[in-house]
Amino acid sequence: MATAELTHEVQVHEEHEHEHHELGFIRKYVFSEDHKTIAKQYLISGILWAFIGGLLSMLFRLQLGFPNMKLEWLRPLLGGWIEEGGKLDPQFYLALVTMHGTIMVFFVLTAGLSGTFSNFLIPLQVGARDMASGFLNMLSYWFFFVSSVIMFGSLFVETGPAGGGWVVYPPLSALPQAADGSKLGLTLWLVSMALFIVSQLLGGINYVTTIINLRTRGMSFTKLPLTIWAFMFTAILGILSFPVLFSAVLLLFFDRTFGTSFYLSEIYVNGEALPNVGGSAILYQHLFWFLGHPEVYIVLLPALGITSEVIATNARKPIFGYRAMIGSLMGITLLAFIVWAHHMFVTGMNPFLGSVFMFLTLIIAVPSAVKAFNYITTLWRGNIVFTPAMLFSIGLVSFFISGGLTGIILGNSALDIQLHDTYFVVAHFHLVMGSASFFGLMAGVYHWFPKMFGRMMDEKLGYVHFWITFVGIYLIFFPMHYIGIAGFPRRYYSFTAYDATNSFGDMNMFISVAAMITFGAQILFAWNFFYSMFRGRKAPQNPWHSNTLEWTAPIHPEHGNWPGEIPPAYRWPYDYSKPGAKEDFIPQNVPYSATPESNLPHENEQIAMEKEIEGMIDSQNETYKH
Amino acid sequence: MVYIVGLLAVVFLVLTIVVLSRIATLAKGVDGNKRDNENPYEKRAAGTSNRINAVLMLAFPILGTIAAVWSFMESRPKFLPEAASEHGILTDNMFWISMAVITIAFVVTNALLFYFAYRYRYKPGRNAVFYPVNHKLEIIWTVIPAVVMAVLVFTGWRVWRDITAQAPDNSYVIEVVGKQFNWVTRYAGADDSKLGNYNFKLIDETNELGIDYADQAAFDDFTSNQLHIPKGVPVLLKIRAKDVLHSVFIPHLRVKMDAVPGMPTKFWFVATKTTEEMRNETGNPDFNYQLNCTEVCGQGHFSMKMPIVIEEEEEYKAWVASQKPFLTSNPTYLSRVPENLKARAMKYIESAASDSTSVATGGATATGTSLK
Ligand code: HEM
Ligand SMILES: [Cu+2]
Ligand SMILES: [Cu+2]
Repeated sequence: MATAELTHEVQVHEEHEHEHHELGFIRKYVFSEDHKTIAKQYLISGILWAFIGGLLSMLFRLQLGFPNMKLEWLRPLLGGWIEEGGKLDPQFYLALVTMHGTIMVFFVLTAGLSGTFSNFLIPLQVGARDMASGFLNMLSYWFFFVSSVIMFGSLFVETGPAGGGWVVYPPLSALPQAADGSKLGLTLWLVSMALFIVSQLLGGINYVTTIINLRTRGMSFTKLPLTIWAFMFTAILGILSFPVLFSAVLLLFFDRTFGTSFYLSEIYVNGEALPNVGGSAILYQHLFWFLGHPEVYIVLLPALGITSEVIATNARKPIFGYRAMIGSLMGITLLAFIVWAHHMFVTGMNPFLGSVFMFLTLIIAVPSAVKAFNYITTLWRGNIVFTPAMLFSIGLVSFFISGGLTGIILGNSALDIQLHDTYFVVAHFHLVMGSASFFGLMAGVYHWFPKMFGRMMDEKLGYVHFWITFVGIYLIFFPMHYIGIAGFPRRYYSFTAYDATNSFGDMNMFISVAAMITFGAQILFAWNFFYSMFRGRKAPQNPWHSNTLEWTAPIHPEHGNWPGEIPPAYRWPYDYSKPGAKEDFIPQNVPYSATPESNLPHENEQIAMEKEIEGMIDSQNETYKH
Repeated sequence: MVYIVGLLAVVFLVLTIVVLSRIATLAKGVDGNKRDNENPYEKRAAGTSNRINAVLMLAFPILGTIAAVWSFMESRPKFLPEAASEHGILTDNMFWISMAVITIAFVVTNALLFYFAYRYRYKPGRNAVFYPVNHKLEIIWTVIPAVVMAVLVFTGWRVWRDITAQAPDNSYVIEVVGKQFNWVTRYAGADDSKLGNYNFKLIDETNELGIDYADQAAFDDFTSNQLHIPKGVPVLLKIRAKDVLHSVFIPHLRVKMDAVPGMPTKFWFVATKTTEEMRNETGNPDFNYQLNCTEVCGQGHFSMKMPIVIEEEEEYKAWVASQKPFLTSNPTYLSRVPENLKARAMKYIESAASDSTSVATGGATATGTSLK
């Protein structure tokens, strides 16, 4: 029963492993089937995308904060998009916000977050040697890669990238003659998204299958870390809703290319009446938001899962209300499918439907609130270690609360009449989705960097990175609520036509400055990340004294993760600071029989089960026989 | 504002120095290849950094609250003035009540979050409390938000129901049409107070709205690029779009509704303050209501607005009476009128007696010159 040992002692010796079949460079780093490599590919792609998306936002923040500034100096970068007078082209402004939204929502916070952490953590935390299908997993990344290349390429086409907002509502997006942003750029957008969806489905199916089928012996569902629960619900959301976006995109493609009329009816544009009748522009919005709303949770849930893990570890306390946390994840997942039309209260949809969706939307606030309360209670009477990951997790909880609360206002259809498509909405979702999920991503990187690269990131730089980013984000998005309450519509190139007196000019300038500082601070992170990858301090076996199984694998795990037997799971992952225990953490692979001093009464009964769990080893090994 | 930017700059400068010095030490590679064992988790946790972070966790909400209150006071005068529509007063009230509720929740939860983070910072030798679950607590904090939500939903729903109910029969009906990149309105005209039919296939350069002159209700309709609204009576906007999505947004009236090609939408309301009254109230003699577009519709989206005049019902009637029907300004469209209605349509052709025959026969050729 060697596995009963505290493995973090044992495995330091096993660093130089038997290199069974050495793979070539290409199979090892490029077309790799190893979930860890794929995770890193996703992570690095995500980071690159985040900088591109961020840079685009800097450009439009310049325009909003300094509307009179001469931008000739950007001509080397933007060429013809700077007009004669040194002003940004208004069409390009729309392209910037569109691409910023698309990149951040899909390429950074969906692919970069789920892609990285579902891939990296699912096998390591459930105790599997790899994903259920390494090959599909590899395909998933490469579909994403091709999709990325196309989306990136669309930035350079002559008529500019897509320009109808990240939601690309038809008819605007269906009519190339209506705007430059609906020409080639939009075709590329559609193709790229279609490939992206394929990538997400391949990934999602793998995640769910792995979680269901490849859990190590003893790892029952109620012993899964909350990260895994979150990844599973995320994948389910994606599998059920991305196909709907696929059909929305496909029909839009048909309308653009083959002259169908799914979304088009009674249109007169560019001096001619189009022959299309019978289509419905609103249909697209229903299809889009049927994905779009679950999508916001696809982005958020992994971040919440990561936070649960990081907060419990660094507060040295079990997560409060483990089952309630799972229940609320489940509740959010279910409800996420039936609230989409809250994005459409003022589209002319039947007002009765509006009432129904208002009701359902406000219910979703309840499980969200439960999560927030549980995080706070987990901190209560903890022994909190402020690692950078912990700081980002606490920041996430704060954003989640602040942004979620304004959702309660927007979910009220009567109030949404005034606030829809104003900066109030922008502030809401940047806090609750953008910033909270981004903080989840950061927490995850700081926390699992040692496992990914065998080295530590610099903590002090991490602190500075956190504080600038945290304060910066509030400085950007808190004042945006005011601008929204004053009615300022979103996606406006300039506010001269809304508000001739420019009453929020100062505020917009302030926001832009804060945004630039915050963006600048991310360079610290990039430096820390890439520098530490090669020259950081070497990581110890279990740097955060954490309970989950990934920390029992070697510091540099090979393909297959554990050189010997996969460790079993005897207990839940949150035995932190258990009364009577020798240390303030007891990893999942430590059996109750080894810890009589700290067992609770019902846990002593579990000792009888240990034989049974050990007995499953043969069938588990059988799974991996090719 | 200048001070804040200055202050930010100073803070930023200090941080830059910290970071540069940090990078310098790192770049020397002093601790580059050592294993982290000599600096284990607990030891690091007990260090100064942890205390600094804890103190910042306390400082942040305190400074943040001050900044939030100050910035709110500062921005408040720039918010829109009190709603100038009946339903707007209701939704404004509800907005501020909801805002109060969420502000309480915001302050309490954030305060606890940061206070706990500070209060329970790592102390060597102290053990965290093993406290995995408490069903009673969980039930309480599931029920409380549920009840609050229920109240909010119910009040919200009642207001929503009234706003979206059928417009009263005596409403003034005005058509608002969005197109790239301006708005056009159509009024029923002084004679029959009924809007005529339209058909997108009839649209041309002049007849932007596709008014259908086969319908006699259309004869006295007139179009405008202003929106005139009578005060104190229900007004029903019939909204449509010619090319792509647009959205009617009248900020001061708390009105918003998308304009959708192929799917007419509507919104009705009762305005409560005339332009004149609003000018007095805001002390701004140049004040004008306006309508903005809030759905991206292409390059000119941001500038797509229309001036609005809200006036007493009498003034409104007088204005309507003073407007020329579209047919009067564009007599060539007489050719679109079916034979059996021609006589009725002639009434709207100026100096009908002398010109009528020439217009009726030579209609199509005159189109280009009749733009007035
Ligand atoms: C307390 C729960 C929440 C409620 C009641 C809520 C409600 C709403 C409503 C009604 C809107 C539509 C506003 C409008 O366009 O007029 C909205 C927009 C949005 N919400 Fe939330 N929300 C909640 C939480 C969240 C969460 C957790 C996320 C993301 C993780 C999120 C992300 C978004 C996004 C991205 C949009 C804007 C999409 C767009 O128009 O571009 N919301 N929310
Ligand atoms: Cu939503
Ligand atoms: Cu528009």
